[in-house]
Amino acid sequence: MVENRPFLTVLSHLVVLLGVAIIAFPVWMTFVASTHSQQTMLQSPIPLLPGPYLFENYKQVLTEGYGRVGSTAVTMTLTNSLIMALGVALGKIAISIISAFAIVYFRFPGRMYIFWAIFVTLMLPVEVRIVPTYGVVANLGMLDSYGGLIIPLIASATATFLFRQFFLSVPDELTEAARVDGASPMRFFWDILLPMSRTSIAAMFVIQFIYGWNQYLWPLLITTKESYYTVVMTVSRQANVVDSVPAWNLLMAMAMLAMLPPVLVVVFMQRQFVRGLVETEK
Amino acid sequence: MEKRVTFHERWLPYLLVAPQMIITLVFFFWPSGQAIYQSVLIEDAFGGNSKFVFLDNFIHLFNDDSYFASVRLTVVFSFLVATIGLAVSLLLAVMADRVIRGATAYKAFLVWPYAVAPAVAGVLWGFLFNPSVGIVAWMLQGIGIEFNYVTNGNQALTLVVIAAVWNQISYNFLFFLAGLQSIPKSLIEAAAIDGAGPGRRFWDIIFPLLSPTGFFLLVINIIYSFFGTFGVVDALTKGGPGQATNILVYKVYNDGFRGQDLGGSSAQSVILMIVVIALTFVQFRFIERRVHY
Repeated sequence: MVENRPFLTVLSHLVVLLGVAIIAFPVWMTFVASTHSQQTMLQSPIPLLPGPYLFENYKQVLTEGYGRVGSTAVTMTLTNSLIMALGVALGKIAISIISAFAIVYFRFPGRMYIFWAIFVTLMLPVEVRIVPTYGVVANLGMLDSYGGLIIPLIASATATFLFRQFFLSVPDELTEAARVDGASPMRFFWDILLPMSRTSIAAMFVIQFIYGWNQYLWPLLITTKESYYTVVMTVSRQANVVDSVPAWNLLMAMAMLAMLPPVLVVVFMQRQFVRGLVETEK
Repeated sequence: MEKRVTFHERWLPYLLVAPQMIITLVFFFWPSGQAIYQSVLIEDAFGGNSKFVFLDNFIHLFNDDSYFASVRLTVVFSFLVATIGLAVSLLLAVMADRVIRGATAYKAFLVWPYAVAPAVAGVLWGFLFNPSVGIVAWMLQGIGIEFNYVTNGNQALTLVVIAAVWNQISYNFLFFLAGLQSIPKSLIEAAAIDGAGPGRRFWDIIFPLLSPTGFFLLVINIIYSFFGTFGVVDALTKGGPGQATNILVYKVYNDGFRGQDLGGSSAQSVILMIVVIALTFVQFRFIERRVHY
């Protein structure tokens, strides 16, 4: 602090507290709604404080799902989301780290073409080329499968660049030492490079886990069987059922469950999260 | 930058890049090529025959008022999302940077909206503003404002902007805070000794030094509002009422999957691709500059 201005300090606290309150408000109301009975949630104004139906509501969505007929239990959609998020995160890390290794530690014909081919993928999010990508996946018979949910999303320029950046900062002496000792490239990769990349991998994992968990358009398009639905898409789907008033208490319990895992990951791995965000933008 | 020491192997590097390259080729280059190819075809409704029409799909698009309405809407929308998002998060970052006690706690309370899926964010805000049970809609009614985003186009757009900004605030906040913390304290102290008050210091020193971060975030926010907001729109309004929130990325999806107009949708995809490539280029040019000075 440069000088002591108590008034400004108090003002700063007030502004930030107000910001925190406004930002948290939607989630607070979601939580409140998930703890009341369906009747309470039908008449306005709805209560601002939690009610007594917490366990019943969560138990119902977890075991039976939302609504009475033809709904998927949230335990199943949560499992699908978890499989997809882990698959996308680990898949991206795995294929990116080996291609970054190849690009940094080898000289081979076509290296720069490959580098640019990966670079270009940075530019086109899946939303932009959605119709033809759907066509390709349909042709390959990958609709309604975990492979279809995960594989098209794991090509990643950002992860490749992050690892490339990191490898470039690794001292050459290590490589020389490994070569003098007669270590093969893969041995060097497993025993030296990979253990050194731990923090980068953790940072990447947090970012990509959230990315995979929060996918919406992609699972919406390529899944038609309920056994492959993810939790994020079911929340939005149920909120938009035409001609019916949603059971807000159950819907909001579902929304809470859809938010909880990625939010917990961010809160408990905050350092890796911030690092991942900042480094992927370099 | 290149490595001085490398390994010499003939086949291993190709093997290592193979998985990445195969996925990129199959799920990236092939569909992108298809988009370009389909954008010059007209396919009949039964998907059987297609006819080469050269640039007709684009000409059709450029003569289509609803496309230009969507372009205008997208420009307004991304302007609102970017300016409001940046202003709010800059304010929060500056205030959080000032307070020494509690800064880390505040940070923890401000980072998590990033983890909420855009589609879920849409559902949350839709609930708050729901015309029959929404608590905020009820409060607004108390002060005489009839808020019904289901029927009122401007209110629908307002709500989509709010939800989109909310989802992106943590990202902007973290970058602004990092930018603020990297400004040398000695500069601020020197200015204070010369008698500059907090407001003066902010506008004359902090703000200019933050401008690279601000410019970077501007590009990121425009890209986000163009493409990242699909889930928000789909969960809240589905592009409606009428065309009030039918932004470009939603229109591509709507025309392609609901309208079954593959040629028109692909032509729109191609235009969007050009937009993203241009934006990414701007971003990289800028980052290069930042690295050099």
